[in-house]
Amino acid sequence: MADFVSTASLHAEKNRATATTESRATRWVLLALAFGFIALFLLLPLILVFAEALKRGVGPYLEALGDSDTLSAIRLTLLVAAISVPLNLIFGIAAAWAIAKFEFKGKAFLITLIDLPFSVSPVISGLVYVLLFGSSSLLGPWLKSYGIEILFAVPGIVLATVFVTFPFVARELIPLMQEQGTGDEEAALSLGANGWQAFWYVTLPNIKWGLLYGVLLCNARAMGEFGAVSVVSGHIRGLTNTMPLHVEILYNEYNAVAAFAVASLLAGLALVTLVLKTILEIHYGHAIAGSRGH
Amino acid sequence: MDVRVANVRKEFDRFPALHDVSLDIRSGELIALLGPSGSGKTTLLRLIAGLETPTRGAIYFGDEDASHRTIQERNVGFVFQHYALFRHMTVADNIGFGLKVRPGATRPPKVEIRKRARELLDLVQLSGLEDRYPAQLSGGQRQRVALARAMAIEPKVLLLDEPFGALDAQVRRELRRWLRDIHDATGHTTVFVTHDQEEALELADRVVVMSQGRIEQVGTADEVYDTPNSPFVYGFIGDSSSVPVKIEAGQVWIDERPIGLSVPAASNGDATLYFRPHDVELLDGCSGCIAGTVVASRRVAGTRRVELEFGGHQQRVEIELPVEHPAAQKSRVAFRPRRWKIFPQEA
Ligand SMILES: Nc1ncnc2c1ncn2[C@@H]1O[C@H](COP(=O)(O)OP(=O)(O)OP(=O)(O)O)[C@@H](O)[C@H]1O
Ligand SMILES: [Mg+2]
Repeated sequence: MADFVSTASLHAEKNRATATTESRATRWVLLALAFGFIALFLLLPLILVFAEALKRGVGPYLEALGDSDTLSAIRLTLLVAAISVPLNLIFGIAAAWAIAKFEFKGKAFLITLIDLPFSVSPVISGLVYVLLFGSSSLLGPWLKSYGIEILFAVPGIVLATVFVTFPFVARELIPLMQEQGTGDEEAALSLGANGWQAFWYVTLPNIKWGLLYGVLLCNARAMGEFGAVSVVSGHIRGLTNTMPLHVEILYNEYNAVAAFAVASLLAGLALVTLVLKTILEIHYGHAIAGSRGH
Repeated sequence: MDVRVANVRKEFDRFPALHDVSLDIRSGELIALLGPSGSGKTTLLRLIAGLETPTRGAIYFGDEDASHRTIQERNVGFVFQHYALFRHMTVADNIGFGLKVRPGATRPPKVEIRKRARELLDLVQLSGLEDRYPAQLSGGQRQRVALARAMAIEPKVLLLDEPFGALDAQVRRELRRWLRDIHDATGHTTVFVTHDQEEALELADRVVVMSQGRIEQVGTADEVYDTPNSPFVYGFIGDSSSVPVKIEAGQVWIDERPIGLSVPAASNGDATLYFRPHDVELLDGCSGCIAGTVVASRRVAGTRRVELEFGGHQQRVEIELPVEHPAAQKSRVAFRPRRWKIFPQEA
């Protein structure tokens, strides 16, 4: 991964280059393998998505996107992202703050918990919500008696998305904040700032690029999540279908153009995310340094 | 503002970083906390600032118990060892920060803050750098910005943690003199931490010598240098030589021979004699002295340091001789400490 370019690491890089003993041929083979792999498994599918979507021309492509069910899927995806990303932004900052700046018992446990969604299959995350809020659970019928639907409704989709995306911001910020320590905040407090001012004027500017990076990844995942959302959504067209789910439905109905049209939007999102991410890494790599777990 | 540290104890997870420390700091005084690494200097400074709370004991600002006041309420200026300048703010914004975050009614208008920042930059001799970022400054300049920032809030007490620790010797000496001038000009009560004894002795009105979480001695530079009150202070401040001796009948003995020093008040038994290597009287004849053979000699600036071997157990001691002294290898030298102190053998 693009990391922190300091003179020290540049030196290390140089030394390594002269110290490595691989022959030219080995290097070429390795490079060819890597690029071939990327082309075959990443680039080709991406091109195919757009090719399929535009197979019958721009007209049918736009028509497919203008379909009311598709529009409602797009709206729902945007809504879910608009709720879960800010929630995880707040949670991520709070968790990273607690872990990096305070000493407390159970810290290691909290870090493990934050990583949980990375290590659990999304389908299982979804199933947990079914167990929690389903008709045979305790909570589900009780909430239903108050007219609150969780499962097979928007709240369930939001919950599942929040769950699968919550490591992104926190994971990005923890190493960053740990590296920065508490010195700047202490300086702000000693100058008379209250906790909120110290956060707003000192902590936030120090972490802003890392935060943006985390939000970007979090958003990409929130919009693209399939497994967990699929379990809790119920696939009600026009109501509880997000874009990835809608793609599947269209595809299963042999509506290839529409399916790939919606898929092309998701692919476009991925590309935009990738470009922004690269820009961030190039320009602010030093400010978002730290270990990357993904 | 007087600051009084009263019987303060500080533990970190049961580990005592400070044991029962008491210290009176007078208003307007420039005081140095001096001690080896890990002796608790930073901890004491942070306790005074309010960045830590004492496990036991209290800290008074004037007559008021400040132990439970927050750092904001204490109105102290703290200069951190690694400056802790806000890297995304310009020099002027760094200095103005303390004024900017004041609550509405007491916050000066923007132009006023900017003007104040410029005045402080003049004071720390960095005029014209207000729009630079910390990364664009040298270490010494950053240090001065950190000090200006701390002074912007007109603190009652100024606390500096190893203010010159990260700078080279030349810059240190310059900034030292400059800090003294600023202190004299502004009259802040100032406490600074250092483990450089030269810095402490030269700069401070009084020096607090710390070791292992305790205060060993508090006094002026002359007091701690000339009359150290413990073996630790003797060894830590300035050069010292020590010799194991015996006390008997009010006399100091080495190998069953009195060396011409009398200690009427000391009790009999094993003890250690401390003195400064340069504070010795060279003797010709020896009736009551320490006499030994030169085994090593090295030139130190304007003097010569020689190591003498003496007594039946081949003990060694270091003293200082004038460069022109003819003492060569293997020659015999007799001396008697001029100023010295006896500490009973530690159990
Ligand atoms: N936050 C902390 N948690 C645990 N132990 C600490 C903490 N801060 C300091 N200590 C311990 O307290 C003791 C005193 O530390 P302190 O930082 O005050 O030393 P110091 O005199 O400033 O040393 P130095 O000259 O190296 O800065 C040390 O043994 C240190 O390990
Ligand atoms: Mg320290």
